[in-house]
Amino acid sequence: MSKLSLHTFSRLAVDLMRWRLVVALTGAFAASTIAHAENLGDAENGKRLYQECRSCHAIGRNAKNKVGPHLNNLFGRKAASVEGFRYSKSLERQAAGGLEWHIDTLHAFIENPTQVASGTRMRYRGMKDPQDRADLMAYLRQFSDSPANISEADPTADAEDHDLSPEILALTGDPEYGEYLSGECTTCHQAGGEDRGIPSIVQWPEDVFVIAMHAYKNKTRAHPVMQMVAGRLSDEEIAALAAYFAGQELE
Amino acid sequence: MKLDRRAFMGTSAAVAAALAAPMVRAAGHGKPRVVVVGGGAGGATAARYIAKDSKGAVDVTLIEPTRTYYTCFFSNLYLGGFKEIEDIGHSYGTLAASGVNVVHDWAVGVDRGAKTVSLAGGATLGYDKLILSPGIDFVDGAVQGWDLSAQNAMPHAYKAGSQTELLKAQLMAMPEGGTFAMVAPPNPYRCPPGPYERISMIAHFLKANNPTAKIIVADPKPKFSKMALFQEGWADHYDGMIDWIGEEFGGGDVSVDPGAMTVTISGEETKVDVCNVIPAMKAGRIADIAGVTDGKWAPVNAADMSTKADPDVYVLGDASQQGDMPKSGFSANSQAKVCANAVRGALTGSKVFPARFSNTCWSLIDTNDGVKVGATYEATPEKIAKVDGFISKTGESSDVRKATYEESEGWYAGITEDMFG
Ligand SMILES: Cc1cc2nc3c(=O)[nH]c(=O)nc-3n(C[C@H](O)[C@H](O)[C@H](O)COP(=O)(O)OP(=O)(O)OC[C@H]3O[C@@H](n4cnc5c(N)ncnc54)[C@H](O)[C@@H]3O)c2cc1C
Repeated sequence: MSKLSLHTFSRLAVDLMRWRLVVALTGAFAASTIAHAENLGDAENGKRLYQECRSCHAIGRNAKNKVGPHLNNLFGRKAASVEGFRYSKSLERQAAGGLEWHIDTLHAFIENPTQVASGTRMRYRGMKDPQDRADLMAYLRQFSDSPANISEADPTADAEDHDLSPEILALTGDPEYGEYLSGECTTCHQAGGEDRGIPSIVQWPEDVFVIAMHAYKNKTRAHPVMQMVAGRLSDEEIAALAAYFAGQELE
Repeated sequence: MKLDRRAFMGTSAAVAAALAAPMVRAAGHGKPRVVVVGGGAGGATAARYIAKDSKGAVDVTLIEPTRTYYTCFFSNLYLGGFKEIEDIGHSYGTLAASGVNVVHDWAVGVDRGAKTVSLAGGATLGYDKLILSPGIDFVDGAVQGWDLSAQNAMPHAYKAGSQTELLKAQLMAMPEGGTFAMVAPPNPYRCPPGPYERISMIAHFLKANNPTAKIIVADPKPKFSKMALFQEGWADHYDGMIDWIGEEFGGGDVSVDPGAMTVTISGEETKVDVCNVIPAMKAGRIADIAGVTDGKWAPVNAADMSTKADPDVYVLGDASQQGDMPKSGFSANSQAKVCANAVRGALTGSKVFPARFSNTCWSLIDTNDGVKVGATYEATPEKIAKVDGFISKTGESSDVRKATYEESEGWYAGITEDMFG
């Protein structure tokens, strides 16, 4: 995996975490969105594509709600949460169920809004080309806080900063052993994937998990509990946990 | 690279022994039976993990008299006004959904020869493996003048529920400028920072509602868990309100008079308005009845939490004497998962992985001022031994303290989900 794609992959992980409750909803497109996110990229082209959206959505300085809500700080925001904008019942219901806007959910929504919220007032037939959607999001993202600035609580394993050997990243973990070891994690990290006070760790991509745990183990990431827990995990045990959590199904 | 499981096995003699002779029941003899006594941090976790992981291959029955389990953890936050009583109550319905047969009754007898448990309601249950996680009882005569019949006048509130609500009601009814007293317990007891978090929460409540009130703590110990952190917090938030009388000032020389509402510390009698007596503790009585205790607690093998007295009887949590782990909900939950893995392995031949334990205890000193202490542990032939640990530092920034508090909220959600599903 090239450096660049590993990086975007880890950014996807950030969003995967936030995704949690929406999994049941968008589960069907999970595999395809992972592929899409690796292409996230050409903001220039995204700006051109945005012309399609402009008549309804404002973005940038002083952007106000128009036919649709403004799109500043879209990434990471709870669905149906812009003040003063009247949303459809349908989108509000999804928001109550935990829908938040991240790469994955946006991919699904922009592809075809009604597949996410059947009664949405967004009358848009959808953008079918995944590359176009990725480009559009690269543009939109410039108007949101960078997830890297969202503090410890977000699982922002920085794939560019690690110096893990390829052998460690290549280890194949035993998910059964990982399941046993996970008992040590689930005392604090809620098994259902909620992230109140403590980040969710379910369904992380394996390499992101491995990078994060090694960063705690060698104390480049700060957190005393995690440094202690990771400190005594062997490379194989970290791989086992990564394999287990990556494959964990949510009820 | 695949893991070499044999390498793990080699690390624990007891686990290897358990594997060498798995008691796999032949079809027709019925499923192997596990009886768990006590549906708290240890028992609920063990029952749920065995039922869930054995996918119906093991018959798991949980005996627990109460229908709602009020967690002691966060019960201090209820006293401080940060939680409602409903926030800390959990019912057992979800455990049934995980395949656990929940029986609301008291276990009153254990016949280890016949391998049966008898219940107050008259039923007798057979077991192949018995797991006891009954929590604590109080040592008779530990505080002069106090026994269980005085628990309404002077509540312990060290088993959560009605006792906690009673203490809160008494706190709210305290006259202006009144005195709150605590008699703190000697080591070892459940939740080492518990009494001091409680003092913090009571001070928080009084500061807002009864700011001229006073708090006295009579303590038989010279020092206590997270002492520097608590004392710093008390000076910062509740200056002059709390008088902690440790061992060197006679804090261990205490008697109470629940009728007269007086506390006598080192010969000096004080009239008080509320008195929280937390007596010395021992294993929940059923451990004694089962004959697996030695003195106050039940000695266990670190590898699987089986008792020294009987390889088919396990003791978890507060009631066990295991070595270095503090008596906490986190510890009980951690021990339960090790035990569940070993018991399931012994009964079904499933893989048994080596024991590993951990604990972290969060305490809240004031709004958004959380602190924590934690450690990891391993099983040695002698005991559960500490490997590594950490503690919050004095003088930390308010951001760190706030994040620590928020973390404790996450932990609470995590552990209760881990216990009850
Ligand atoms: C004020 C306070 C604050 C605390 N804060 C924390 C904290 O922040 N973090 C932390 O980790 N720990 C905390 N603890 C400690 C924690 O509550 C205990 O260590 C933990 O509950 C121990 O689990 P256990 O399974 O041993 O016992 P328990 O959780 O007490 O469960 C025992 C259960 O057994 C049942 N039982 C007893 N006898 C019988 C019988 N004969 N038959 C059937 N059932 C029976 C009881 O009804 C009870 O439900 C705190 C404790 C207190 C008092």
